[in-house]
Amino acid sequence: MKKTMSVLTGALVATAVTAGAASAADTLETVKARGELICGVSTGLPGFSLPDEKGNWTGLDVDTCRGVAAAVLGDATKVKFIPLTAKERFTALQSGEIDMLSRNTTWTHTRDTSLGLNFAGVNFYDGQGFLVQKELGVKSATELDGASVCIQSGTTTELNLADYFKANNMSFSPVVYDTSDQTVQGFAAGRCDILTSDTSQLAALRSKLDNPDAAEILPEVISKEPLGPVVRQADDVWFNIVKWTLFAQLNAEELGVTSANADDMLKSENASIQRLLGTNGDLGEKLGLGSNWAYNAIKQVGNYGEMFERNVGPKTPLQIPRGANALWNKGGFMYAPPVR
Amino acid sequence: MSQNQSDITTKPKQSSSAFNDPRVRGAVFQVLLVGFLVWFGWTIFQNTLQNMESRGITTGFDFLSNPAGFEILMSLVPFDSSDTYGRTFIVGLLNTVLVSFVGIVLATILGFIMGVARLSQNWLIAKVATVYVETLRNIPLLLQIFFWYFAVLQPLPSPRKSLELAETFFVNNRGLYVPAPVFGDGFTAVVVTFFIGIIASVVMGKWAFKRFEATGQTFPTFYASIGLIIGLPLVVFAVLGAPLSWDLPALKGFNFRGGVQIIPEFIALLLALTTYTAAFIAEIVRSGIMAVPHGQTEAAESLGIKKSVTLRLIIIPQAMRVVIPPLTSQYLNLAKNSSLATAIGYPDIVSVFMGTTLNQTGQAVEIVAMTMAVYLTISLTLSVLMNWYNKSMALKER
Ligand SMILES: N[C@@H](CCC(=O)N[C@@H](CS)C(=O)NCC(=O)O)C(=O)O
Repeated sequence: MKKTMSVLTGALVATAVTAGAASAADTLETVKARGELICGVSTGLPGFSLPDEKGNWTGLDVDTCRGVAAAVLGDATKVKFIPLTAKERFTALQSGEIDMLSRNTTWTHTRDTSLGLNFAGVNFYDGQGFLVQKELGVKSATELDGASVCIQSGTTTELNLADYFKANNMSFSPVVYDTSDQTVQGFAAGRCDILTSDTSQLAALRSKLDNPDAAEILPEVISKEPLGPVVRQADDVWFNIVKWTLFAQLNAEELGVTSANADDMLKSENASIQRLLGTNGDLGEKLGLGSNWAYNAIKQVGNYGEMFERNVGPKTPLQIPRGANALWNKGGFMYAPPVR
Repeated sequence: MSQNQSDITTKPKQSSSAFNDPRVRGAVFQVLLVGFLVWFGWTIFQNTLQNMESRGITTGFDFLSNPAGFEILMSLVPFDSSDTYGRTFIVGLLNTVLVSFVGIVLATILGFIMGVARLSQNWLIAKVATVYVETLRNIPLLLQIFFWYFAVLQPLPSPRKSLELAETFFVNNRGLYVPAPVFGDGFTAVVVTFFIGIIASVVMGKWAFKRFEATGQTFPTFYASIGLIIGLPLVVFAVLGAPLSWDLPALKGFNFRGGVQIIPEFIALLLALTTYTAAFIAEIVRSGIMAVPHGQTEAAESLGIKKSVTLRLIIIPQAMRVVIPPLTSQYLNLAKNSSLATAIGYPDIVSVFMGTTLNQTGQAVEIVAMTMAVYLTISLTLSVLMNWYNKSMALKER
């Protein structure tokens, strides 16, 4: 009797598994119902995503999430941040644990096409560089033959490194750690001669060393690392929202709309600004959001330029010049399609 | 159930029908159950793959033949970033097997020493062993791995300030460097003689035992075996003009080149696994020895047998029967615990294959399944070997 019962239960479970397969991917409804956006960020990377002692997160990637929360929920503070290592990030997004991933993640062909994920744009153009111990007296990355290199597991960094050394006929030993803290510690303790990661992060990682002056960043940049937010594939509504929130913040910078003047701009005569802020047209409705979606994001979080200056710009400890991340009409790569 | 029983009692003739035979019925139900479980598992697997496919996640095992594109710190087989993901599996697997195997051997030796030491009549030795066991057994393994890696090995000096022994052995924060043997022409002959020596010793041992049974005369088997296994190859080695040289490690550029490098990640993991598991093995050995009735020792004493011989020939063999089953599970634990390697970056299968390879390909289901299969295979192989050894040690009823 007991056996029959357990067999029956088993069969029921099996049918349940078979039947419950096709759950629709409707992230927008989920986020609205929850009243909170769940966003995957790094475990702690100054300038991009870093929690303070009180658990408040700041950074460029954090602001990207806050912009979406403001656009969707009308409140930039309604975000829950989930810290993820490089290895955990994609599974967390695929499994639905997070609504979007904003964790200095490089947009690559393989990631875009085989993980069931979509990259919703670029919020920082980066490239890979090297941090070396000064006492080694190395002046260029081409002098690194035979070096031990500390890297973080599950990154594009791991792949670029192998390509670069191979192309230059040099050998190296990779020492691969799971978290960036371990990577820095391994470098600080002298387990490796060099630490490699995205250049924007090198300055931040260097600042974590006990003696930052003992290490220096080499001039070479060996790869393209366009970093941006990621969402699940086959949820186009949500994909559009994340993509266009970032575009809205870029367009706001281009149109001169800032968090400070957003209210005044509501009275603007400029048609593009009117469409952007929702005083004219129905761009918000087309996304399934309220007409003030972009206004909220800009008012509460700021335009892209503000996000940049606040988190990584020349006045921050990271002191990164706008460079490639300037708007297209100011000599950079940042280009958002028009608001119409 | 009760229904069937009453059937049997009321219609005894029917009991000849196959279905009423409890053995047949049992078999039928078992086959059904196994069939169901297989179907169930298969459905879940297919379902998962199908769902992933429909979400645009690549599935299947084709990735195994794609180039990996990353390097691995330590590999027992030649590996280069142009090799395939399939090969990263092999590299990781071998690194796991290496640390598990060496760990099991060392933990067994240390564990037996500590187990016997705990029962020593010498107060100091017994106390030292007790403190060892109680300390290591009660600190989480991961902490011990971190201790060895971050507190002991990383603070070692840099390559340029290495500690050295006779310009042959070097220790620094990149690991331990030892000379690598370079085999010259004719070295195979030495190896062959070595194996001949082993075979000859076995044969000699059998012969000596037979002679002992028949005539009671003893033969110095131990020393004769050493002569055959070590002496004979040495003679051949000398006659051939020592066809072996050593490749010494030397500092070139950033790091040492030449020789064999034993990376600190391996050393830290091995030390932690060995000392931790040895503490448990010590307890198993101690309880095994205590399980041998004291009468055995007394009997040996009254026959005038030496203490060391009593331990070796009377106590330990009997204790082994109690020791082997729990010892097996410690071996399994050690092999599985080796997956903590990823915490300090030792390139075992979890770190290399389930870490980097999984992340670069995104094929989580396939890779996790393969990795689980590896641990299952290692565990089952160990169990089979130990069961076989257990049988050969078991009490033979005559
Ligand atoms: N952009 C690269 C690298 C990203 C990455 O994980 N970088 C490390 C720098 S060492 C990091 O951010 N670590 C922080 C963490 O693990 O939380 C990628 O997408 O693969």
